[in-house]
Amino acid sequence: MTIDRRTLLKGSAAMAAAGALIGPFGASRAAAQAAAPAAPGAAPAAAMFTPEEGATLRLLRWVPFVKGEEEAWNANTKAFTDATGVQVTIDQESWEDVRPKAAVAANVGSGPDMVMSWFDDPFQYPDKLVEVTDLCTALGEAHGGWYEGLAAYGQQDGKWISTPLCAIGNAVCYRDSHVKAAGFNEFPTDTDGFLALCTALKEKGTPAGFPHGKAVGDGNNYAHWLLWSHGGMTVNEAGEVAINSPETLAAIDYAKKLYATFIPGTESWLDINNNRAFLAGEVSLTANGVSLYYAAMKDPAMKAIADDIRTTNLPVGPVGKPVELHQTSTISIFSHCKYPNAAKAYLEFMYRSENMNRWLEAASAYCCQALKEFAANPVWTSNPIHAPYAKASESLRVNGYAGPLGPASAGAMADYVLVDMFAEAVTGQRTPEEAIANAERRLQRYYR
Amino acid sequence: MSSTSVRTDDAPRRRPGLLTRMIESRNGLGFLFMLPAGIFLLFFLTYPLGLGVWLGFTDTKIGRSGIFVGLENYRWLFDDPVFWLAVFNTLFYTVFASVAKFALGLWLAMLLNRHLPFKNFFRAIILLPWVVPTVLSAMAFWWIFDSQFSIISWVLMRIGLIDQPINFLGDPWNARWSVIAANIWRGIPFVAISLLAGLQTIPQSLNEAAAIDGATPWQRFTKVTLPLLTPIIAVVMTFSVLFTFTDFQLIYVLTRGGPVNATHLMATLSFQRAIPGGQLGEGAAIAVAMIPFLLAAILFSFFGLQRRKWQQGND
Repeated sequence: MTIDRRTLLKGSAAMAAAGALIGPFGASRAAAQAAAPAAPGAAPAAAMFTPEEGATLRLLRWVPFVKGEEEAWNANTKAFTDATGVQVTIDQESWEDVRPKAAVAANVGSGPDMVMSWFDDPFQYPDKLVEVTDLCTALGEAHGGWYEGLAAYGQQDGKWISTPLCAIGNAVCYRDSHVKAAGFNEFPTDTDGFLALCTALKEKGTPAGFPHGKAVGDGNNYAHWLLWSHGGMTVNEAGEVAINSPETLAAIDYAKKLYATFIPGTESWLDINNNRAFLAGEVSLTANGVSLYYAAMKDPAMKAIADDIRTTNLPVGPVGKPVELHQTSTISIFSHCKYPNAAKAYLEFMYRSENMNRWLEAASAYCCQALKEFAANPVWTSNPIHAPYAKASESLRVNGYAGPLGPASAGAMADYVLVDMFAEAVTGQRTPEEAIANAERRLQRYYR
Repeated sequence: MSSTSVRTDDAPRRRPGLLTRMIESRNGLGFLFMLPAGIFLLFFLTYPLGLGVWLGFTDTKIGRSGIFVGLENYRWLFDDPVFWLAVFNTLFYTVFASVAKFALGLWLAMLLNRHLPFKNFFRAIILLPWVVPTVLSAMAFWWIFDSQFSIISWVLMRIGLIDQPINFLGDPWNARWSVIAANIWRGIPFVAISLLAGLQTIPQSLNEAAAIDGATPWQRFTKVTLPLLTPIIAVVMTFSVLFTFTDFQLIYVLTRGGPVNATHLMATLSFQRAIPGGQLGEGAAIAVAMIPFLLAAILFSFFGLQRRKWQQGND
């Protein structure tokens, strides 16, 4: 879609006015900023990126999940166009289709100039991307530094190949009254207490439920948390398969006990099933993005459920610290882009404090910042429900931990290697040892 | 004695152009007429098929061209239990769904071939499952088979036959039968309407003659109707088997191949590994592995079902 006047009018008036507030994107102003010491919130070294004459840009992004987020992004884009004259066209693809489209664009050297993609996508074609070390270093310095996990999604061999945008936070959503009725006034923070809570919930007839089916987002989040919280890993730092370990066995053992407390049928759950079951009152505890809460909030018939929803982070396992996968999004500039400076100027503009803050706020806690300065965004304190989602970037661990990011880590996740391993074991289709051996064999194929 | 004709005009005779000669030639004209179809088939069928076969011999990944690895993809798949599970699932799915679609479709066609009140209305409405986009009907089945909100479970619980919802898509065998049921529902109209068209080409006089000769209804069906219907059955079932074997949408919407790959078909596994997984070479190899099965189905139908002797009722 092109950002035209009509699209803009759909946004809020405040967002539409963004361009006016930000003012001209003049070289003199940019130079002045570059000369000044980098204070938090200041635009970093904008003079580095003067858009090329007559530049136009095309961004391919995932279809937005939150309307406000799209409106804010478009309003910021419009403000950039107003300030620089660089027209930015935004194309949207459903989130699962971004990967093949971007890969083809990278391969054939035409199509969108930039892509907002998921997880390890930039590592599938790093040599087809514009290096953005200058931009990311400047952004990091200006905005309090990058979160470690998100930074890893942008760097290869010390070079920045992509600009981390956000983490889509995942957190436990539960019914407060049901947890209290099960005898827990405080939500347990460790895996043992969590198991005890789920057992008690089942006894009360208000069970928990996590997907063991082929749920791309929720299934992978749950499986990775199970493994990592118990100290397991798919591969070591050298990229050698390391799944066959006592830690993995412990994770499976824990998963089996937890599964026994779930509502029946979680083996078939896809991404939407846990939302559906939770909103219908069938399960009292699951993990999801903040969208679950907003789905209840928007429906007056679900007011009782919405008022009863609480959120918290997934419990800490034997590994001793919170470790989660979360979804991660980055923005890459393709090397076939004719106007790389315009693209960098665009990104720099979008990350400016006022613009990024506006976007994060409009995303209603769905997107968690990649730069530490934005942890102070009021969205995280405006509603206690949002608080756990604020920690997503902090607890985030990269896909394929502890190995390198790349086609192998991407392939292993897309092929549901971990999801299948846990599902095979908890349903009794294979013994835990067999399930691990099968996962090991599949991982060896990807990491050969 | 030979005679030689002498040209009287001075102008040299002009050789006709290539196009003119082609148009005047019977073979040339035929070639010209076939050319558009040939080009179409070459670009949209032969080339993708050839490319797919080639990709199966490489380690191509999305975003980067691969190198020739020979049979490596196939060797890996040979040792991959998930692949063999998908082969088993595909065969199981195809055989049971096709047989059921044939039996129910033929039965329906026979019913619709009778003089029923509102015959045309029923014939039109019977096509609905076929007309509705697969994704939409799959979504409907997704709800029908939901582990918490299934209407079937709800009704059975209401009348007291069960005390908790049936785990339609969570248990491997339940899931297999559930997706087969959805496929049957969707595929029956195609079989029924095609066979109905075939039934209507059978002259009534043959049935009447058989009846006068004292043939029972069953004998008329097995000795007159079925043999005459065989050519249509062969074509319809070939298509039906091909559609079922290569089914994708239904599985993708309902289970994505779960639970634990119990409903993964070769088509869905190929997609999962090739597109989201980025392993184009391996995905292509899985797709190529479908070809022998499809060829076998086609050959069986053409050489097995279209034998003349059987059509004449002597076999």
